[in-house]
Amino acid sequence: MKTRFIASLLLTTALTVAAAGHASADDKVVKIGSLSDQSGLYADLGGPGSTLAAQMAIEDSGLTGKGWKIDLISGDHQNKPDVGANLARQWIDVDKVDAIVDVPNSGVALAVNNVVKEKNSIMLNSGAGTSDLTNAQCTPNTIHWTYDTYTLAHGTGSALAKAGGDTWFFLTADYAFGAAIERDTTAAVEAAGGKVLGGVKHPLNTSDFSSFLLQAQASKAKVIGLANAGGDSTNAIKQAAEFGISSGGQKLAALLLFITDVHSLGLNTAQGLSFTETFYWDTNDQTRAFSKRFQERMKNHSMPTMVHAGVYASLLHYFKTLEALGGNPHDGAKVVAKMKELPTDDPLFGKGSIEPNGRTIHPAYLFEVKKPAESKGPWDYYKLVATIPANEAFTPLDKSTCPLLKK
Amino acid sequence: MTALTDDTLPATPRAMRDEIIVFVIMALMLAAVPFTGIYPFFVMQALCFALVACAFNLLIGYGGLLSFGHAMFLGTAGYCSAHALKVWGLEPLLGVLVGTAAACALAVITGYISIRRQGIYFAMITLALSQLLYFIYLQTPFTHGEDGIQGIPQGMMLGFLDLSKPTVLYYVVLAGFLAGFLLIFRTINSPFGEVLKSIRENEQRAISLGYKTDQYKLLAFILSGTIAGFAGALKVFVAQNASLTDVHWTMSGEIVLMTLIGGLGTVFGPVVGAFVIIAMQQYLAGYGQWVTVIQGAIFVSCVLLFRRGLIGEIAHLLKRSL
Amino acid sequence: MQALYAQLLVGLINGSFYALLSLGLAVIFGMLNIINFAHGALYMMGAFCAYFLLNLGGLGYWWALIIAPIIVGIFGMILERTLLKWLTGLDHLYGLLLTFGIALIVQGIFQNYFGSSGLPYAIPDELKGGTNLGFMFLPIYRGWVVIFSLVVCIATWFLIEKTRLGAYLRAATENPTLVRAFGINVPRMITLTYGLGVGLAALAGVLSAPINQVRPLMGADLIIVVFAVVVIGGMGSIMGSILTGFALGVIEGLTKYFYPEASNTVVFVLMVLVLLVKPTGLTGRAT
Repeated sequence: MKTRFIASLLLTTALTVAAAGHASADDKVVKIGSLSDQSGLYADLGGPGSTLAAQMAIEDSGLTGKGWKIDLISGDHQNKPDVGANLARQWIDVDKVDAIVDVPNSGVALAVNNVVKEKNSIMLNSGAGTSDLTNAQCTPNTIHWTYDTYTLAHGTGSALAKAGGDTWFFLTADYAFGAAIERDTTAAVEAAGGKVLGGVKHPLNTSDFSSFLLQAQASKAKVIGLANAGGDSTNAIKQAAEFGISSGGQKLAALLLFITDVHSLGLNTAQGLSFTETFYWDTNDQTRAFSKRFQERMKNHSMPTMVHAGVYASLLHYFKTLEALGGNPHDGAKVVAKMKELPTDDPLFGKGSIEPNGRTIHPAYLFEVKKPAESKGPWDYYKLVATIPANEAFTPLDKSTCPLLKK
Repeated sequence: MTALTDDTLPATPRAMRDEIIVFVIMALMLAAVPFTGIYPFFVMQALCFALVACAFNLLIGYGGLLSFGHAMFLGTAGYCSAHALKVWGLEPLLGVLVGTAAACALAVITGYISIRRQGIYFAMITLALSQLLYFIYLQTPFTHGEDGIQGIPQGMMLGFLDLSKPTVLYYVVLAGFLAGFLLIFRTINSPFGEVLKSIRENEQRAISLGYKTDQYKLLAFILSGTIAGFAGALKVFVAQNASLTDVHWTMSGEIVLMTLIGGLGTVFGPVVGAFVIIAMQQYLAGYGQWVTVIQGAIFVSCVLLFRRGLIGEIAHLLKRSL
Repeated sequence: MQALYAQLLVGLINGSFYALLSLGLAVIFGMLNIINFAHGALYMMGAFCAYFLLNLGGLGYWWALIIAPIIVGIFGMILERTLLKWLTGLDHLYGLLLTFGIALIVQGIFQNYFGSSGLPYAIPDELKGGTNLGFMFLPIYRGWVVIFSLVVCIATWFLIEKTRLGAYLRAATENPTLVRAFGINVPRMITLTYGLGVGLAALAGVLSAPINQVRPLMGADLIIVVFAVVVIGGMGSIMGSILTGFALGVIEGLTKYFYPEASNTVVFVLMVLVLLVKPTGLTGRAT
């Protein structure tokens, strides 16, 4: 991956220099930047997999065969908003990147959101969770793909609350995502008649959850909500098992979990966990075909997560829009407006659409992790419990606080 | 304060002349940057860090005090300026002043605590204080913790300088850098600076000559912290965000590295060091954590072999003062 | 009340790590006058060593407890021989800067190959499970950590303060010329001492691998707290560091119960206070 990155970087530099004198009118040159956490706690759910998904989208769009020149670079935001924002700014100013994709980590996503709006570029976000991207922080330059905290809250939160988990205690990662999902899940739980007894915040990238888990135990809440993701969630789940949390009658709610997390936990530890996702590799023939191709090319042979699927789908739609426009106007707001006009249709999420506030709409799924005996092979981890229709899975437009919607 | 010496000239007129010539060359080169193709944002960042490194150098190179907590000034001024600009909506110049004032206040308090000890204990206290502040900032709501303060407006300075234009912003930052640098330069070559140097060489002798060394050290600390804060406030304009990275102790380590590689106790060393380190981070960003490894290797080689740093070695070779 | 006891016990567990790590640091500073900023990186190497021994060599936890400190200790001794030796006689600050650079190199290399997220290391089967103490469910492994650290700390203290070898070590650093005149190989003593300190750090790393994940940066933030412990306890005092390490863990646990927001800062506040009142630490000797 690194040689490819270096090669593409050299190639793009050479070509950029050559194309420096190019007119700024519509041309067929596109540059994509995959900004992700390449080595930290979100590297498995996004990271190099997202770069691969982007690469596959470029190939599958067929545009290179029609005379378009599409380049891809990737970067590491290290889960730091300032690093992400500076990198995004540099990509747009110096490397002439047209669209930034992936960007997991809601704090970084919000920072990049600002930069992209200021510079009239595009962000196609598939990795971050905060529903703020299509509410208070929405812009005409960002489209939020895959999922958001509203989906997770109304999927997992409501389901668990209705099934008897009416008192909750939150273990929250102390940054934008944790706060957003705690807020949205609290709303969902209270709407279902439940009560939140309390919560504790932990720093991002915590490795020892013992004191937080003890507080959760002391609260005697029926459900301990894990308002975190990636490495934080898996550590908390493992240590909850160590401290015998479930023997005390408390249930763990992993509010955001990916197939790569289940893989690293192992079915023994993860069985019975239920959570919401919008993509699973084993859903239909098309998802299976894509996932097999993805798995073959991934260095660690992991299956695609919904974030990877989102990167692929968002780019396919982006290229479709550019083709419809007849060229790349290098004008972020203009392209995004056109993207919102066209309905989405890709092999991974099926048919859907994009709302005026930048939110893509498609169904979501409540999954439960299989018991080891139920699994027929590696990566066969989920059983489908319920399907949440598209109009329930995302914030209804009339409840959205997006300033763009106000006329 | 005891009577200052009447000698207000620098140590040797020739050294002063050399330094002024280099200063003019440096200022001219920097002023020409927008006309070359170099990405101004990168140079602006380097200038801010260069000023922090110069401020740090004032303390160690001339005062003999290694502060391992200078990030706290950078970060404090950054957060306060960011808050003033974004939430209070202050005019840019006022925003910078707010940040600088906050850093100054912090320097007074932390200086008062730290100056009582020397050498390694001083370094440890500054490290502890800086880490203490890091955790405080992590919790306080106004900093937004891990997310930092984003989207800081650039606005119009003094009503007519439009800071959202890169060239205008560049010259404003350059002016700030040159002002700070001149202040440090003047301090080093003043009677105050001479006393500081004598304290660094032999504190006991300075005391026996009647100087209240603690007051001089405290003053140097406050000055160093304030200028570092000023640089931090400027940086907030450039990056348009203020985050925890600026307050973390690894940032203090980078500041030490910049000064070390440039040359402790030289006038221009920190500037060169800052440019080298920022350039390295920028152009080697694709290599991930190799940057950290290289920085560590530079640290090791500087301590073992090049204790004088780049500028220090050049100065030693040319037998001039730089 | 139960919650308080639970937090205190967790605090004691954390305190064990503080004590073990500050023990190594205190040994190195007390004997060699070097502020070993690389201690955190060496702790991390111990954990990684355990991980490799398990995944590449099939050697489990119990082997790792013995082998990893030896391997990392040898690495430390090589470092001392090749790099640190040049700093004898120079200002302490150069030692700080040099070991800081070494820490950056080691951590950077590991980060490049292993990323920043953790590698899993399972609790050994013999120590799995837990007991219900009434006020909390204590995982057996964590209880083991406390007991083992106590044993190691006391054993090290005994070695240095009460045995002849320890006496040679202490003498060699107080007055190397005189000790050399007695025919004792002082440079070798110094190298061995550094190796001992490093080995203790690696041992702490192996102990911590099943609890915290094995991550390249696992030592980076811990080291600052450990510095604070050593400074509070007295820069050269072995017993001081041990006691302060455990005490600080307990104080942190208390703070987590009463005022959780301050739990990270209490160490540094204490350190500043101690440095102002008694700069050589609670039980330290003047250097």
